[in-house]
Amino acid sequence: MSAETIFSVSGLTKGFGEGEAGALVLKGIDLAMEAGEMAALLGPSGSGKSTLLTILGTLMRASGGRHEMLGVDLMQASDAQRTEFRSRYLGFVFQFHHLLPDLSALENVMMPAAAAAGRETLAMRQRAMELLDAVGLADRRDYRPSAMSGGQRQRAAVARALINNPVLVLADEPTGNLDRQSADQVMDLIRSINRASDTSFLISTHDEHIAAQCRRRIELLDGRIVRS
Amino acid sequence: MSPYAVKLAIRHLFAHPGQTALLMAGVALGVSVFIFMSALIGGLANLLTLRTVGSIPHIVLERPDRDPAILQVGGSAQVVLQKDLSRREQIAIWQPAIPIIENTGGVIAVSPQIRGSAFVERGQAIAPVGVIGVMPGKLSAIADIDGAIVDGSSSLPADGILIGSRLARDLGLRVGQVVRLSSDRGRARSFRIGGIFTLGIASADRQAVYMNFTAARALFDLPTGISRIEIKVRPATAAPRIAERLRQSTGLKATAWTEDNSQLFEGLDAQARTGTIIKAFSLVTIVIGIASAMLLSIVRRQSEIGIMRAMGASKGLVVSIFVLEGTLIGLVGAVVGALAAWLALLPLPPVTEVRNGGLPIDRAQGDFLMAVLLTTLAAMLASILPARNAARIDPVEAIGQ
Repeated sequence: MSAETIFSVSGLTKGFGEGEAGALVLKGIDLAMEAGEMAALLGPSGSGKSTLLTILGTLMRASGGRHEMLGVDLMQASDAQRTEFRSRYLGFVFQFHHLLPDLSALENVMMPAAAAAGRETLAMRQRAMELLDAVGLADRRDYRPSAMSGGQRQRAAVARALINNPVLVLADEPTGNLDRQSADQVMDLIRSINRASDTSFLISTHDEHIAAQCRRRIELLDGRIVRS
Repeated sequence: MSPYAVKLAIRHLFAHPGQTALLMAGVALGVSVFIFMSALIGGLANLLTLRTVGSIPHIVLERPDRDPAILQVGGSAQVVLQKDLSRREQIAIWQPAIPIIENTGGVIAVSPQIRGSAFVERGQAIAPVGVIGVMPGKLSAIADIDGAIVDGSSSLPADGILIGSRLARDLGLRVGQVVRLSSDRGRARSFRIGGIFTLGIASADRQAVYMNFTAARALFDLPTGISRIEIKVRPATAAPRIAERLRQSTGLKATAWTEDNSQLFEGLDAQARTGTIIKAFSLVTIVIGIASAMLLSIVRRQSEIGIMRAMGASKGLVVSIFVLEGTLIGLVGAVVGALAAWLALLPLPPVTEVRNGGLPIDRAQGDFLMAVLLTTLAAMLASILPARNAARIDPVEAIGQ
């Protein structure tokens, strides 16, 4: 595994609102991750975990500080550049699966690639089949999300996050809505993918059981990193 | 428009088939109204024009007016020549003009006529009539006299005349009877009534008398010239343009039927404007319907749009999905509406066969293609604004992270 740095942020701040009513959620974050890392982001509710993931995922801009990924200054990049960057290098898994209800499992997994290319290709279909197979849903490929269990949906969402071979997958409480057994299945899956590829995972959670399965712990408290 | 946008738009439409069908039915209804109005307004215009111009000449050629010339203008006196009344109002040399007129584009019938005023006398009863002397074979060139004969026949021997049914009733005349005609030229002759016609135009049925061309020459003392040349053209609305061309080519005074029927034109114009307003309203209704449906659809799909944007879908892709969705609703609804309107109008009789109380609907003027095109375009425009709103959805807010 290489030790290449995939992203680094320093002095990162994020405030919402202005003046006295405003609140600073991130108060100067310094953090970097290397390729192939699997890290847990821990902290109580309101500590800024989701905000940090959202900024690292280029879904939101930081208020201040530096944000670089793969040599690109994401603070300066335009919205369109950030969208393209997101599509090429980042994958997301959310607490809620957020699969598109009108698409089958296979089509959902293909979606990020098809949306970027403007069409579904045979190569995408094959890759999506491989991923569904890897997450144990090969026999559910034609099922709509409504016909799948919570754990199956979340595993499909993990497969979807991987379709574009991302450098970094950001997972925000990926097992938060699952029972213990399903949560373990999803975590086993993430660990095996992380081991088999160079894809890094940053998983926000407040579940120690989940955090224990990650090699690195990053703890956030009141907008500051207290351990990384 | 990427194939993926097309796929997702179609998926969206099939995701809620009942709602999609209802929306398309609304569009179809609007399109049907559009087509029905076009066909009705067009048919009504046709019917009115047909009834007005069916039995009258579209262009009348006469000798140019001999207006008195102004010899001197200015100063305190104006010297004017008096109108020359020493010669008969006639077209003296007319034969060379006939082939010119017949070869003019749009002209479908030409009828040289000798006209004059006369009195029909029977016993003590006298009725003023307008005599129309027509050439053999030209009897029905302008008004369909052949088809209007209700008694007797339409043949016109040298001593035969055809009279209107009202005149026959007023004077108690029947086919085969002999009447005496005295012309305003002081000549009188007896004629046998060969046929009685009903044109449905009161003035013609009471006052028109048709006779042989040669007989009319003798009665009106017009050995070589003729009174006027009546012409029918197709389409009737082209009459003013053709009249101008004939005026130039023959040097005669050409009067198109439109000059004497300007009120009809004003009426048709007002009717067409009303139709346009109704059609515009049906389009506006479609636009509002589709725009509100798209807005609702976008609100419902807010998190889906957010997730797609988060996964790297461009704003352009989101816009095209929803514009396409609205356009498809418009296109399919319009085609269904056009088909339904076509089928509904199919059993209606053509305008020429409309009886009293029937709707004069001209299917050919239904503007089917225009209705489909305009509706599709309107649907597309209606979805642009909601689609742009969709593209502006903030993925973070939409996903609720």
